Amino acid sequence: MLDTGFNPVIRVQGLCNRFGAQVVHENLDMEVRQNEIFGVVGGSGAGKSVLLRSILGLHQQNAGTVALYGRDVDKLAAEDRSAMVQSFGVTFQNGALISSLNIAQNIQLPLREHHSLSEKTLDELAEMNLLMVGLTPDVAAKYPSQLSGGMIKRAALARALALQPQLLFLDEPTAGLDPISAAAFDELLLYLHAQLRLTVVMITHDLDTLFRTCSRVGVIVDGKMISDTLDGMMQNPHPWIRAYFHGPRARAAEAQGVATSEVTAAAQGVAVAGG
Amino acid sequence: MNIASLSLHQDGANWQLQLRGDWSLSAAPLIEARLNALPVAPQGAVTCDWSDAENPGIGAAWMLLTRLIDLGVAPMNITHVGSAPHYLALLQRLGSLRQAARINPGNTTTLEGVVGGLGLWAVVQGRNARGVVAYFGRIAAVFGQAFTRPAALRGSSLVRHMYETGITAIPIVSLIAFLISVIVAYLGAQQLSRFGADIFVVDLVTIAVLREMGVLLTAIIVAGRSGSAFAAEIGVMQLNEETDALRAMGINPIEVLVLPRVLALVLVLPGLTVIADAMGLAGGCLLSLVNLHIPLPQFISRMQESLAPTTFWSGLIKAPVFALLIAIVGTYRGMEVRDSARELGRLTTVAVVQSIFFVILADAVFAVLFVQIDF
Repeated sequence: MLDTGFNPVIRVQGLCNRFGAQVVHENLDMEVRQNEIFGVVGGSGAGKSVLLRSILGLHQQNAGTVALYGRDVDKLAAEDRSAMVQSFGVTFQNGALISSLNIAQNIQLPLREHHSLSEKTLDELAEMNLLMVGLTPDVAAKYPSQLSGGMIKRAALARALALQPQLLFLDEPTAGLDPISAAAFDELLLYLHAQLRLTVVMITHDLDTLFRTCSRVGVIVDGKMISDTLDGMMQNPHPWIRAYFHGPRARAAEAQGVATSEVTAAAQGVAVAGG
Repeated sequence: MNIASLSLHQDGANWQLQLRGDWSLSAAPLIEARLNALPVAPQGAVTCDWSDAENPGIGAAWMLLTRLIDLGVAPMNITHVGSAPHYLALLQRLGSLRQAARINPGNTTTLEGVVGGLGLWAVVQGRNARGVVAYFGRIAAVFGQAFTRPAALRGSSLVRHMYETGITAIPIVSLIAFLISVIVAYLGAQQLSRFGADIFVVDLVTIAVLREMGVLLTAIIVAGRSGSAFAAEIGVMQLNEETDALRAMGINPIEVLVLPRVLALVLVLPGLTVIADAMGLAGGCLLSLVNLHIPLPQFISRMQESLAPTTFWSGLIKAPVFALLIAIVGTYRGMEVRDSARELGRLTTVAVVQSIFFVILADAVFAVLFVQIDF
């Protein structure tokens, strides 16, 4: 059995990834603690997605260990590995909803694969996950191509939540969304994080999302990760981090983040009700 | 771990539900059975006691909640006690949202709907037909422009498509033409030798290959190879919005994507047909030599006697027409791809099936036409 209460949830040590002569990660360390929202940032090509893929087991790292719940993922037996995969949910950048299945079938896909459930139960669970991410049940019969970008992100989140994971990986959840949809997604994430007691690892370029949701941030610079709280990050002297967190966009996002934190409770209601 | 159970204590109008055992998602079938066994709902409050539930999962909790609501219990009348899972507040709220969303009725099939559907289908088919004609017109218009503006012909692209649809198809076209004509000659010899008319195998092979089989087989192979490739290539570009990008840059996708493919196929299919004809005759010749002991000079002289001046041309003249049909159907279906990978697969299949169908249809028309004009 996996101990999903283990702290830290994720521990990456000495991770190295190379593609030919190009070094992406060199002795990268990362730690994600129970019940936090951990943001991963870095320049384009810094290896954020590769890091995520290494943690998920979609990419075999050149060196280093990845431990989830204190267990080295490379040394897991097949059945433990299956349990591990079922214990986390992932959303991909463009949703990665299966285009030949409708939204309900997309959500039911992992449930069908790993549990023997009746059609009625499957429909009920799909409905629950849709409602949970703020979509109306009539979306269930639609196909991914019929949905807007914001709805696709929410449907992808619903599918990621289908197996009731404790750990959630989000790859650029607000990329390509308008500011209102993106802000609503932030509130939804915060609400679900609080209600479901999730641990969230999120790759994002969206500074608003970062300031609004993340409790800690890991910055990938020079193939290594520097992790700190947002306040700590603001003080960091590293030139890239300074440029990132003190640029014109960052200052605006920070100012807004302070302003919005006072209306959290009211906004959460909107996030769940709004589609 | 104990199996899931649910015991009910009725206290007047109120219910007391005691949850025991494994209430995780993997026990869902059992939980569903237990929930279905619940009698008709009480009017009063329902209290769920979670203290003995092991591993309570949010899915199982949702099943309990929705079952109670469906039984007629108002969400606000349900309370949870005894180390209730933390997400029940969320579920309670989702339960209310679910009720609000439940009002919209389902659609039912009526006669009106069926007739309406038929009419809609006819309108859509009519539009499709008009779309195909318009598409052909656009290709023709772009081709017309090429006379005043030769750059519109995209020479390098044309050559590439001629190589891909023509040169690389030579081995398979040759092989199939050769084998089919061997089969025809072999079966023909079986029948004709009974009458001592072996020599007419030469007539059979010559006329069948040159008039029909050479061009038809080539067209069908090319429809399978290139018709599908056209549809898939253009379809993927549609999915990636590449065609929209071209339009936005002021480049006509018909000019850069469609016309080179259509022209290339129209130019190479006659060549492939000639190769198929030659290989077919070679196959017939080889079988005649081996099986019927007809030496090569006799085969050739018999072949020359059986040929009318038009036999070869009546086959070859069909090739550009077939090429045009294959290329237009393939590229048109490719341009129709929208939204999903599934559409891409479907339309690629449609492209191949329809182009083969149109090729055979056109062949039938040619057959009647040639008889009428005595070609």
